[in-house]
Amino acid sequence: MKAIRSLDDLERARKKGLRSCFPDTTRIMVGMATCGIASGAAEVYKALQAAIRETHVEARLSMTGCIGICQEEPLVDVLQPGAPRITYRRMTAQKAVQLVSGLAKGTLDSRESIFGRIDAEDFVVDGTVRRYFEGELPAAYASALPYREQDFYRKQLRIAMRHCGFIDPGSIEEYIGHGGYFALHKALATMSPEAVIGEIERSGLRGRGGAGYPTGRKWRSCREAAGERRFVIANADEGDPGAYMDRSILESDPHSVIEGMIIGAWAVGAHEGFIYVRAEYPLAITNFSRAISQAEAAGLLGRDILGSGFDFSIRLSRGGGAFVCGESSALLASIEGRIGEPRAKHVHATESGLWDCPTTINNVETWADVPAIVSRGAGWFSAVGTEKSKGTKVFSLVGKVTNTGLVEVPMGISLREIVFDIGGGIANGRKLKAVQTGGPSGGCIPETLIDLPVDYEKLSEVGSMMGSGGMIVMDDRTCMVDVARYFVDFLIEESCGKCTPCREGLQQMHAILARITQGSAVDGDLQTLQELAEVVRDTAMCGLGTSAPNPVLTTLRYFRAEYEAHIRDKRCPAGVCKELIRYSIDAQACTGCLLCLKKCPSGAVSGERKKPHAIDASKCIKCGVCSEVCRFGAVVVA
Amino acid sequence: MSSFNAAAVDRIMEKHGDAGGTLIGILTDIQKEYTYLPREALRRVGESLKIPLSQVFSVCTFYKIFSLAPRGKHSIKVCLGTACHVKGAALILDRLRRDLAVAEGGTTKDGKFTLETVRCVGCCSIAPVVTVDETAYGRLKQEELSGIIASRGTEAPKRAKSARATAPKRARPARTATTRQRAGGSR
Repeated sequence: MKAIRSLDDLERARKKGLRSCFPDTTRIMVGMATCGIASGAAEVYKALQAAIRETHVEARLSMTGCIGICQEEPLVDVLQPGAPRITYRRMTAQKAVQLVSGLAKGTLDSRESIFGRIDAEDFVVDGTVRRYFEGELPAAYASALPYREQDFYRKQLRIAMRHCGFIDPGSIEEYIGHGGYFALHKALATMSPEAVIGEIERSGLRGRGGAGYPTGRKWRSCREAAGERRFVIANADEGDPGAYMDRSILESDPHSVIEGMIIGAWAVGAHEGFIYVRAEYPLAITNFSRAISQAEAAGLLGRDILGSGFDFSIRLSRGGGAFVCGESSALLASIEGRIGEPRAKHVHATESGLWDCPTTINNVETWADVPAIVSRGAGWFSAVGTEKSKGTKVFSLVGKVTNTGLVEVPMGISLREIVFDIGGGIANGRKLKAVQTGGPSGGCIPETLIDLPVDYEKLSEVGSMMGSGGMIVMDDRTCMVDVARYFVDFLIEESCGKCTPCREGLQQMHAILARITQGSAVDGDLQTLQELAEVVRDTAMCGLGTSAPNPVLTTLRYFRAEYEAHIRDKRCPAGVCKELIRYSIDAQACTGCLLCLKKCPSGAVSGERKKPHAIDASKCIKCGVCSEVCRFGAVVVA
Repeated sequence: MSSFNAAAVDRIMEKHGDAGGTLIGILTDIQKEYTYLPREALRRVGESLKIPLSQVFSVCTFYKIFSLAPRGKHSIKVCLGTACHVKGAALILDRLRRDLAVAEGGTTKDGKFTLETVRCVGCCSIAPVVTVDETAYGRLKQEELSGIIASRGTEAPKRAKSARATAPKRARPARTATTRQRAGGSR
């Protein structure tokens, strides 16, 4: 595209982008983020392509990102002139063909696959609303529920994820069409670096990747630090298992992160930027690299950005599969090409970071918030949220919950609203037991605290933390001792080994937890576990080590009875710990269908057709396949 | 797996330039070429970056994506993220160990598959997840595994083909989380 040098150029690009997003012909969009592709979006895309070619329907096919309700992927959106945008859920290649033939006939087919309709789009960056059609809603569409009125979306407020699922991540024009890069123009043309920092400080924005350090304060200390060369870095080493909002933003709306980084660079006085993306996110790397090239071609990265005289460029650095590299000092070492060992933080990265230069590191979601704040102002952002936690936060709502996906909500909303109102409650009619937040550094919040308002302080008060926003819902079939063992196992492998408490303490904690889950714990084990956890918390060197015992400490605090059942009764109440459980068949529920008998890999199931089967415990290897295939819930694990 | 070719390594070195901080990227690309990091390649990298071999080696063994031993044609990775864990990833891993007759980190006798684990691929909403090369399979049941493996044993299955066909064509990153060679590993 032609280089953008002025506000006029930007306006022209916006018009072009708007024509692409609100076309006067039919447009079909397929959600092609990683979760969509893993659910089969690529086949759907191909089928749509072929069907459009065959039926000669006048329709433009394009990709979009993830709109959040990953549960219903693959998603397909259809935009037709004079009509709302219709979202189709759980699409298959076959349904895609039907959809196109319906379009060819001019009828609204495939009704059973409709997830909902979108009448208008909120343009978060400039605060406007743009409708997909003028006048009355055509009657044919009345039965489709507007997405804003659906349980999953009703309580959401999307700022960081404002464009995800609405624009083609491969189109810089569509990003500009939605008001993108106007905040950058505003910052460069009308605001001093000092003014930008002031705006971010007043907005109350805090780091979205972990501890919640105030972003404005970080920028100010970087700007004030002595040094010629400075850096800004986007931390996209989203290592917390169970959190994937950064992947989704990079895949679905990469330019929002680039724009945020340029504004940040202007504020702190940096001319070089890095994004550190974990290797497990190939599509994020692809989409972000393409966005960098587009921004360079448009003159939005490089020399003399938007004619302001300001220079800035971004390089992408790939991670190597090490969780500790999400810790800022380890991340810097990794970008420098060394092993990712953290260092003690006597000196902050803002003073001496990458190659000992002042460096600002922010998480992907934080960067994505920046353009919206600069555009709408600090007051707009800080009007949302709680006293100390402003704005919104994206959570990945996953685990044993009915609606899984990414949800962006105002800070301060209660856990109950997230799990039950948005998430639709616990899957399969089971009972909520705990919600795990904050990844391996966080904790397990018990069902009794479900009315907790979610912000940085409240989560810390109950022993957990915000972290990057993973929210794993656990039901009564999740064993909390096993979960604690799982996290310690994770952290042993990810501990860099530099300091003793983390390297050795975690090993010893794991040995005790393994004993408990195997039914061979001894007296005093719980006491030792508690003490070890406290020592690691108080003496480890970096953030990873000091927070590593959180999963153990919170489960000990809230689920002690479950630990005791393992130790005293040699029983796993949730039916998870292999050494303590037995598979059997409920003769009342068993219909004698022979399916489990056929699938059992160890020949442990016996029985005849139409007669209740039985499991021979001496042959059973506890692989769980009988339980997986049984359609009558007849396999009992206790 | 191809035999060591100095020119290929030099080409990769040239592509990355000497801007500093390029070591991990260079090793990633070398591994993409050979499926692992051959000893001769590491020596050559050390020489041209003017850093000791010990430093190159420390990076190779610190990061999980790197392997010092040749790997199978296809990489099967079981995601062990929290969401996958609570949805039974351990049972999936057990099943693959049995079916492929390899331990975690091992390669099948015919050299076709390397079985590995990964700490979250970010598809938590459709847990449990297994990836084969760069294709992710979600909401997996043990019963579906044999079909996925069988299709790779002969040729790429449908989903993989189409994913490749439609994914934007650009540089791809490393594919692996590999054998746990680090001291202090838990398993």
